[in-house]
Amino acid sequence: MTDRAYNFAYLDEQTKRMIRRAILKGVAVPGYQVPFASREMPMPYGWGTGGVQVTAACLTPEDRLKVIDQGADDTTNAVSIRKFFQRTADIATTEATSEATLIQTRHRIPEQALTEDQILVYQVPIPEPLRFLEPRETETRKMHELEEYGLMHVKLYEDIARHGHIATAYAYPVKVEGRYVMDPSPIPKFDNPKLSDSPALQLFGAGREQRIYALPPYTHVVSLDFEDHPFEASKAPHDCDLCGASDSYLDEVITDDRGSRMYVCSDTDHCRSRRAAGFTGRLGTPLATEAAE
Amino acid sequence: MIAPDTLSGGLADPATDAARAFRACLTALSRPGTIVALRGAQPPAPLSIAAGTLLLTLLDGTTPIFLAPSHDTPAVRDWITFHCGAPFAPAEEAAFALGTWAALQPVIRFAIGQPDYPDRACTLIIECPALSANGPRLRGPGIKDSAHLSLPETAAFQANRALFPLGFDAFLTAGDQLAGLPRSTIVEDI
Repeated sequence: MTDRAYNFAYLDEQTKRMIRRAILKGVAVPGYQVPFASREMPMPYGWGTGGVQVTAACLTPEDRLKVIDQGADDTTNAVSIRKFFQRTADIATTEATSEATLIQTRHRIPEQALTEDQILVYQVPIPEPLRFLEPRETETRKMHELEEYGLMHVKLYEDIARHGHIATAYAYPVKVEGRYVMDPSPIPKFDNPKLSDSPALQLFGAGREQRIYALPPYTHVVSLDFEDHPFEASKAPHDCDLCGASDSYLDEVITDDRGSRMYVCSDTDHCRSRRAAGFTGRLGTPLATEAAE
Repeated sequence: MIAPDTLSGGLADPATDAARAFRACLTALSRPGTIVALRGAQPPAPLSIAAGTLLLTLLDGTTPIFLAPSHDTPAVRDWITFHCGAPFAPAEEAAFALGTWAALQPVIRFAIGQPDYPDRACTLIIECPALSANGPRLRGPGIKDSAHLSLPETAAFQANRALFPLGFDAFLTAGDQLAGLPRSTIVEDI
């Protein structure tokens, strides 16, 4: 049911035009953070207000929307945002990555490879990769202008000096087309290689910080590293205990108070479709048995 | 006296028509060389359907527009004023510029953004006789290997690319067809 009291996709047309112009400028300058007049949304900052505004500006009535939160379709944040657009835009939704035309994500890139017909919208908390190194916006803006990114390499070097390796595990900084250093949002660095040369358009929205940025399809994205400490996309050294996948990003779940734990795919759609295809992991049961219980 | 055509020719269902039109613009600009259909508006001549729809999708009272001599007619001015409310501005101050390639010259006068705010750059809407996938080779973000597009010339776009991350962005329109050429695209003669 659509709430007809609202405009299509909630936002008014003037706001959508403003966001759309910002998205187009973001596409034209990949990795550069375009300021925009972020609106108050009917959810708190930190719940994806930036992603929601980008999604609202991009949705058409023909779209099929998928929303994930840390890879899962069924968590509170994902369910709420999906319902929000069902109510205000009357659009179709799905949990299957392959069926979606627009995917809004919090902190993951789906395991399944994306296609040219898809748009991936990221929710971004802090869009400025240099913010924790230099708190002043005037200074970070100047650093981007002058391509002065030495400070970021110092941070990665300090990781090595302190821990023996680059300990940054998520929100791992990248350089876009050899120009702008960009925060890929807090995705695990396991997902970083998927940012580069993706057939899908990737849009990033930060509501509280009022920034939009973009990676057009087939854009070259490099994770920062050193010759003697090359970037490594890491994950827990286990297989998924439900579906047996050895190549997907895993969540660690503590199962009792005696140190037992299990590892499961963070991408719920990936895990379910593998189980439906007959794969089972160490603790998994075939999907049909579970449905019958 | 307002001509009756001034008041007509807008989008039938503004919210959903503009949403579909924006997706076409987004596809065109994020995949340079791709030619998409853009319909909805019925603007007065010499505005093409694609250019008219683009104006209705992106322009409002906050976006000054420059009309090149080819499109600076009372009918076009009245139509834009009624449907978009966009103020008219000299070339140097415009957020959007509309006209044929010849009429837009010299293009170096348009805003290319500032080093700290490269987004404050002009978007050109270039009306072309026709669009096709023949012409200079395009490479860069949004293009898998290379693409081809019938550009009015190459030197101006090469000079614009040399300014990156500054520079203007362009949409090319012909009839109900639209193509995009962001400043990031590398244009090569073939």
